[in-house]
Amino acid sequence: MSLTWAMALLVLAPLAAAALSFALPAIGRWLALATVAAVGSAVVRVAELVLGGGVQVHRVGGWSAPLGINLRADGLAVLMLAITAIVGGVVTLYTPAYLAANRSSPGQRQRFWSPFLLLWTALDALFLSSDIFNLYVTLELLALAAVTLVALVGKRPALEAAMRYLFVSLAASLLYLLGVGLVYGQYATLDLALLAERSATGGPTLWVAASVMSGGLLAKAALFPMHFWLPPAHANAPAPVSALLSSLVVKGSFYILLRLWFEGFSGLMTPAAAQLFGALGAAAILWGSLNALLAPRLKRLVAYSTVAQLGYLFLLVPLAAGPGDGFTAWSGGLIFLGAHACAKAAMFLSAGNMLHAAGNDRIRDLDGVTHVLPLSAFSFGLSGMSLVGLPPSGGFAGKWLLLRAAIARGQWWWVATLLVGSLLAAAYVIRVLLHAFTRVEAPARHRPVPRVMEWTALGLAALAAGLGFAASGSATLLRVGAPWPPAGVGRG
Amino acid sequence: MPEASPTLYLLAGALLFAIGFHSLLVQPHVLRRVMALNVMGVGVFLLFAALAARTRGETPDPVPHAMVLTGIVVSVCATGLALALAHRLEAAEEEEREDESAGDGRQARAEHEETDR
Amino acid sequence: MTARADRGHGRASRVAVGALALGLLAALSWAVLSLPGSFDGLTGPALGRLSESGVTNPVTAVLLNYRAYDTLLELAVLLLAIAGVWALRRGDWPAGDLHGRPLVISLLRIALPLLTLTAGYLLWIGAFAPGGAFQGGAMLGAAALLALLSGRAVCARRHTGALRAGLVLGVLVFAGAAGGAAALTGEILRYPPGDADVWILGIEAAAIVSIGLTLGALYLGGRPGDRHA
Repeated sequence: MSLTWAMALLVLAPLAAAALSFALPAIGRWLALATVAAVGSAVVRVAELVLGGGVQVHRVGGWSAPLGINLRADGLAVLMLAITAIVGGVVTLYTPAYLAANRSSPGQRQRFWSPFLLLWTALDALFLSSDIFNLYVTLELLALAAVTLVALVGKRPALEAAMRYLFVSLAASLLYLLGVGLVYGQYATLDLALLAERSATGGPTLWVAASVMSGGLLAKAALFPMHFWLPPAHANAPAPVSALLSSLVVKGSFYILLRLWFEGFSGLMTPAAAQLFGALGAAAILWGSLNALLAPRLKRLVAYSTVAQLGYLFLLVPLAAGPGDGFTAWSGGLIFLGAHACAKAAMFLSAGNMLHAAGNDRIRDLDGVTHVLPLSAFSFGLSGMSLVGLPPSGGFAGKWLLLRAAIARGQWWWVATLLVGSLLAAAYVIRVLLHAFTRVEAPARHRPVPRVMEWTALGLAALAAGLGFAASGSATLLRVGAPWPPAGVGRG
Repeated sequence: MPEASPTLYLLAGALLFAIGFHSLLVQPHVLRRVMALNVMGVGVFLLFAALAARTRGETPDPVPHAMVLTGIVVSVCATGLALALAHRLEAAEEEEREDESAGDGRQARAEHEETDR
Repeated sequence: MTARADRGHGRASRVAVGALALGLLAALSWAVLSLPGSFDGLTGPALGRLSESGVTNPVTAVLLNYRAYDTLLELAVLLLAIAGVWALRRGDWPAGDLHGRPLVISLLRIALPLLTLTAGYLLWIGAFAPGGAFQGGAMLGAAALLALLSGRAVCARRHTGALRAGLVLGVLVFAGAAGGAAALTGEILRYPPGDADVWILGIEAAAIVSIGLTLGALYLGGRPGDRHA
């Protein structure tokens, strides 16, 4: 498979499948499975090409930037595409059983696939794109698909959460688009690589554009204090949708922020800006973890955990930016991202199983659920392992690298943040497990949970728990195309 | 006939955006928020069109025009989805109000909040 | 629609929001005034390579050739809008009753064919002058709205399958063209040299159908069928 075909499949396969599953709803599930196969092989192929041949660039339509749009695959893009394929594949297996168990009508079950496949299209297109306006279109596609999925089978709380999410998303996208216009008006290009060259001079337009674009993207990435829309949306959505949202959708805007601040606008990354991102990340860790400790319901706990874990991602900014080799923090943060995607998705799926069995998701009503759902409780524990950062999980590998970077740079306040964050994560994970493992005579009225739902959650959790072994391989992958040696060293 | 300079339209676009943004944050009514988003969108499009008008020659820059066309379509789609969601939300709220008046103090309703369905 | 005052806005928060909006306006104005006065952007390259693009209208060249990938994703957003709206609720059919409203009937007899014809014209002319699939699609959407409002579009209830096919046609043809071009020239959406005009017209013809149907269906606001469709 050539690069052209691999990239084409990544975007066109889910898109065509989405269109066909809208026209022929009955075969939606099979189209999704076919997409998993197609996209999976395409990701493997792109990974091979990137590892073997360095950064891969494709000029769509044969037009080179600035006139045309470039698709670019480097280590980071491959990592994101891979976790999208993994989580997407697991959700494809999990959802039919989930919808059937929740007594959705056949119509509702069929209506899941088209928005889901369009979400996948948006993610793949986003991770491959090197053009800031193209990224706008993918962001909109992503947001609208996510909102649709949240509201799909929901009652009023889910619909309210979806509406709030939609408003925040649309406003954020427009802020981003505004910035795109200003950038074009100053530099006559929309291509990230060309922008990196042309924006070295800086100036008021660039600052304002970067601010509004980042403002929008931070809101979409739910960084404190713009996180308020996330807990209701992720808690009230159906379990597989929550998994997709927490593990993939919020990472999309984070990815664009990385591309902008470390590549496109790299000249703007002052130490002050970098520390600001880190400070917001630390606030997110603390605020999210505390709320998770206090949450009465399981899915809301997991949702607040996402708010906290996203804070870790932003810690990589002050540790990677500036002079010197920031690759340790860069790879640490991104390995953590990948591990979080798998672990959080697994956690939501296990939480969904436990919720289904118990009939409601109040944590104190989860007593004895282990007896009924040993696999799901175990999955929850394994994913928790990765969130806390215990070896050999991917979470451990990521946090370890971030710690090393913090120590190497003498930024001890981040060391403290990382350690406190891990303790808090352990606290809220143990809180759930304590209830789950309580010895109780098997509580009445537990609905049966289909095997598929339990096994898929377990598989994903096991992957997250063992991802630490893949850390050095991931680091090698991430080296390809990483912004070091830095193109634009921080000013000031 | 003297032409207004593109700068005027650039500022007008920024003004529209700010007005829309303010309304979005302040207005409680769903429909007005949707309209506020549309006003923000129009502000951005006006800005883009003004960017395109600054060329030295006769022909305006086609790239911002194409971006506006794309943006308009995306805006319409977002509005359509927002309105459908608003309808469905209102229907759900109606249902809840009926349930409330029908069976007073039904605890089951509180149980089912946030339950997966 | 009932008003929803979900957050009581105190005076302090209103002032804060006002300050935020003013600050945003100030920043944007500063940025805008710092932009270079005359600025060609990408006009030069766009016009320079127009002869290879297969059309003579520069905006169409950008939309369907240089940056056709954006347009492909835009059609995906259109599909998502309709898929989402149909997934969320059932449509509200306007109660069109044309008895005793001969003026409306006469209007429809003239307007619907004219709108369709104009849409086709815009599709064709888009290669040489302002126009194209989106503009023509808007006309078709208007025609669909007229039909819906006057109760003439009830056939959509029975022929939902055909409607679905029409709604996805644009995306499927465009995606097929993207893949087909890749097979023929080795790059996604790179039309074979010399044939660009035919490819563009073909894609736009499929797109105009989908765009028009989508706009009409969005107005309906939900899935049309009586059973789950």
